[in-house]
Amino acid sequence: METLRRLGEATLALLTAVGRLSLFAASGIFHIFKPPFRWKIVLNQMIEVGFYSLPVVGLTAIFTGMVLALQSYTGFARFSAESAIPQVVVVSITRELGPVLAGLMVAGRVGAAMAAEIGTMRVTEQLDALKTLSTNPMSFLVAPRLLAGLVTLPILVAVADVIGVMGGYLVSIYKLGFNPATYLHNTMQFLEVQDVVSGLVKASAFGFIVTLLGCYHGYHSKGGAQGVGQATTNAVVTASILILCSNYVITELFFSR
Amino acid sequence: MTSSVSISIRNLHKSFGSKHVLRGINLDVKTNESLVIIGGSGSGKSVLLKSILGLIEPDQGEILIDGQNCLEMSRADRENLMAKFGMLFQGGALFDSLPVWENVSFRPLVVEGMDRGEAKALAVETLNKVGLGAEVADLSPAELSGGMQKRVGLARAISSKPSIIFFDEPTTGLDPIMADVINDLIRKSVNDLGATALSITHDMASARKISDRVAMLYQGEMIWEGPSSDINDSGNDHVDQFVHGRAEGPIAMPVLKG
Ligand SMILES: Nc1ncnc2c1ncn2[C@@H]1O[C@H](COP(=O)(O)OP(=O)(O)O)[C@@H](O)[C@H]1O
Ligand SMILES: [Mg+2]
Repeated sequence: METLRRLGEATLALLTAVGRLSLFAASGIFHIFKPPFRWKIVLNQMIEVGFYSLPVVGLTAIFTGMVLALQSYTGFARFSAESAIPQVVVVSITRELGPVLAGLMVAGRVGAAMAAEIGTMRVTEQLDALKTLSTNPMSFLVAPRLLAGLVTLPILVAVADVIGVMGGYLVSIYKLGFNPATYLHNTMQFLEVQDVVSGLVKASAFGFIVTLLGCYHGYHSKGGAQGVGQATTNAVVTASILILCSNYVITELFFSR
Repeated sequence: MTSSVSISIRNLHKSFGSKHVLRGINLDVKTNESLVIIGGSGSGKSVLLKSILGLIEPDQGEILIDGQNCLEMSRADRENLMAKFGMLFQGGALFDSLPVWENVSFRPLVVEGMDRGEAKALAVETLNKVGLGAEVADLSPAELSGGMQKRVGLARAISSKPSIIFFDEPTTGLDPIMADVINDLIRKSVNDLGATALSITHDMASARKISDRVAMLYQGEMIWEGPSSDINDSGNDHVDQFVHGRAEGPIAMPVLKG
């Protein structure tokens, strides 16, 4: 009986949280389309989300591309299928590893920073101050961040794709002795538009998830510095989990038939 | 003489979970008067103020601002109503991502679309009124001392010439001299604007200085109100104990918060 009650309570809590998050997301999206449009803030956030994430995402991408080529080689050599390496690298990077790794990295960098910033604003009454100055925090803080996440992540991932493929190329040419022209030819030959598009759609979704959870946890943080720390952790953990779940769902939508 | 009423509160209730914080508040703030609400920490002073400002939804009751019931207003009307208000938060609540002058001119700049040059001139002018020079305009709030932050917060509250100003513990956390400076500035700004002021505090020196009238909040109700000249002989044991800061009396301090 006790167990059942606990289970019920936990389920209710989860449903409440999902409901609150959905309402928050809906309000954020609504304010993206509702004037006033705050382009300067959006631009600043795009630089924050995209430009400053380039080093960490670039490094992640290049080493992932390199290790992919190396691993595939040691595996495929057993079946004399080494020639498939260019395709494996490019398809894995564009479809999966580019967006997922960039999403996770950005969750750690940007999602955490947003939760900390907005959380601090909450506990120091800056969010209340905004409202008393006739400014809705959803419009002033949340909507610009969501929009920046939606449009910047695909750009970031496109760059990561190129860098990742280059990593695989470098290892294949200089270590595994591939012919550069053949490698590039094979890469382009097998790459389909859908591989890239699905990856960029994922990137956009992940950008939304990261900024949404950063804002959401910051907005609802309470209880001083400790509460802000908790909000930051929650933002990163929930964003990472949601990225991995939605990654499966989007893959299913694109490629299962 | 029948003076008009700026803020009128009727039977206001607010609970958080099982904690009944406001238990039927009735209060009138007359136009152009300065009313100070006193009460112990955790007695619900901030909750009352935030209910009037629309930052907290009360459970029951009425709040009339210049005769309009603001609990029945649309969101947009409510946002517009805020244009009448200025608020100085307890910790200043300055936006730390913006320089001092953009804080002070936030409403004109962001909400009313004033051009930046004009907004900055307005900010510098308002900073002067609270005794700060133009050189602080470009600093970030984090570079200011507590007293200066309070002044900038005051400048932000008065910059768009509100008709009602709220002060949440304006002197808490300041040394006695700086507290007195802030009290003087509050008096002066409220007089200059010809505004109505509603303050909450537990600092009696401040309450005496900035109030025309005082009301005391205790256990979620207004237990006494009267002109500030009557504060020393209110005839109310609770008020007496509070005003003289005695440990012995009808008010028992809970050791645990809440
Ligand atoms: N958002 C909230 N959620 C839950 N409890 C709250 C909230 N805001 C205030 N309280 C509680 O209401 C009581 C009154 O708080 P407050 O108005 O801040 O006191 P003070 O008179 O010191 O300003 C406190 O016990 C506080 O814990
Ligand atoms: Mg308070």
